[in-house]
Amino acid sequence: MCLGIPMKVIEKDGEKAFCDLGGSKREISLKLMPEVEVGDYVIVHAGFAIQKLDEEEAEETLKMLKEVNYI
Amino acid sequence: MKYIDEFRDAEILRDWGRKISLIKVSKSINLMEVCGTHTVSIHRFGLHKLLPENVKHISGPGCPVCVTPNRYIDEAIELSKMEDITIVTFGDMVRVPGSRSSLEKEKAEGADIKVVYSPLDSLKIAEETEKKVIFLAVGFETTAPTIAATVAEARKRNIRNFFILPGNKTMPNAMRSLLKDRDIKIDGFLLPGHVTTITGFREYEFIPRDFGVACAVSGFEPADIMLAFNSLINQIKTESPKVENVYQRSVKRDGNPYAKVYIERVFEPINSEWRGLGEIEHSGLGLKDEFKSFDIRNAVKIDIPEPFEHPGCRCGDVLKGKINPSDCPLFGDPCTPDNPIGPCMVSSEGSCSAYYKYG
Repeated sequence: MCLGIPMKVIEKDGEKAFCDLGGSKREISLKLMPEVEVGDYVIVHAGFAIQKLDEEEAEETLKMLKEVNYI
Repeated sequence: MKYIDEFRDAEILRDWGRKISLIKVSKSINLMEVCGTHTVSIHRFGLHKLLPENVKHISGPGCPVCVTPNRYIDEAIELSKMEDITIVTFGDMVRVPGSRSSLEKEKAEGADIKVVYSPLDSLKIAEETEKKVIFLAVGFETTAPTIAATVAEARKRNIRNFFILPGNKTMPNAMRSLLKDRDIKIDGFLLPGHVTTITGFREYEFIPRDFGVACAVSGFEPADIMLAFNSLINQIKTESPKVENVYQRSVKRDGNPYAKVYIERVFEPINSEWRGLGEIEHSGLGLKDEFKSFDIRNAVKIDIPEPFEHPGCRCGDVLKGKINPSDCPLFGDPCTPDNPIGPCMVSSEGSCSAYYKYG
């Protein structure tokens, strides 16, 4: 039930936003994460953005994943 | 999709799978996850099979529908039988059996039960009817602020026929209760990545500090979970338990302040009954006095006979990680996802369902 999906914000209208989810447009609420702008990625749970996805951290994690060592 | 596909990259999974399976561990280790979404991911991608031989993955009380006691489900069923009531719920709750029936059976008998994706949808429903519209408020800290924001919005818009049946739960004290149970050995916890997105991981720092148990905050893609397993095994091997956050793209130490304000404004901590774990102090959320008018238990008298569990169902022991689902005498015959007897087989996030479907 705690599923959260990363989605890109494509329109913002006050407390609401529209996101792109694999080509379809989803309305979400920004009540729990008002500080987002068009172009940001957000984690969406039960129709609410619950966090802005930190893209720099995502890149850091991927870099670490790609530099696997067996020590 | 971006930020999903990269964390399922075949090369990364193969390399990290090899790395984890090669770790040498000299003692037996139990790693518990406490989130139904982790349960499903681990089984679906077969991640538990990559763990070194003496490292065992166990599922804890992380499926919200499964830990919801029969008393709550029986109350929801009783409400659904009343004339002027519409029940609104997340889909997971519909098939869960209570003591004597399920919402699915009542719906077939004519009860007005609607499934929604977001709690906010229940306000639209309430504005279009004279009936009392009751949202079944279950779920952990990830879901609680979405319900709190919905209740606050109902008050703002003066929607007087909207109610909730409060049943939200909070994780830290349930984990404390497991750690105090001498029959259960837990060496490391995979912390729930979206619960901690809301609360922050600061709330879990008591676990390494007071119990010496390792913790890793994990996302839900297979690469995230492998990073978390790797962190936990290394913490245990080096005897340096801490809370390591390997889901930095979503989780901060203090969480989401806006969501926490909503929870604190609308809810207060209450003692709560968990299936299998019993009543746990301050492990649930009740409405604060100023929002009590939204509690259906204050508006309608709900009389239910004493709840009971299905004899033979070991769901309670599965939820505590005391037994594997396959150790339950009902598992697979007669209890299957098509003919579920206990909630852990009904819910798609239940451990029994995940074991049955994916092995």
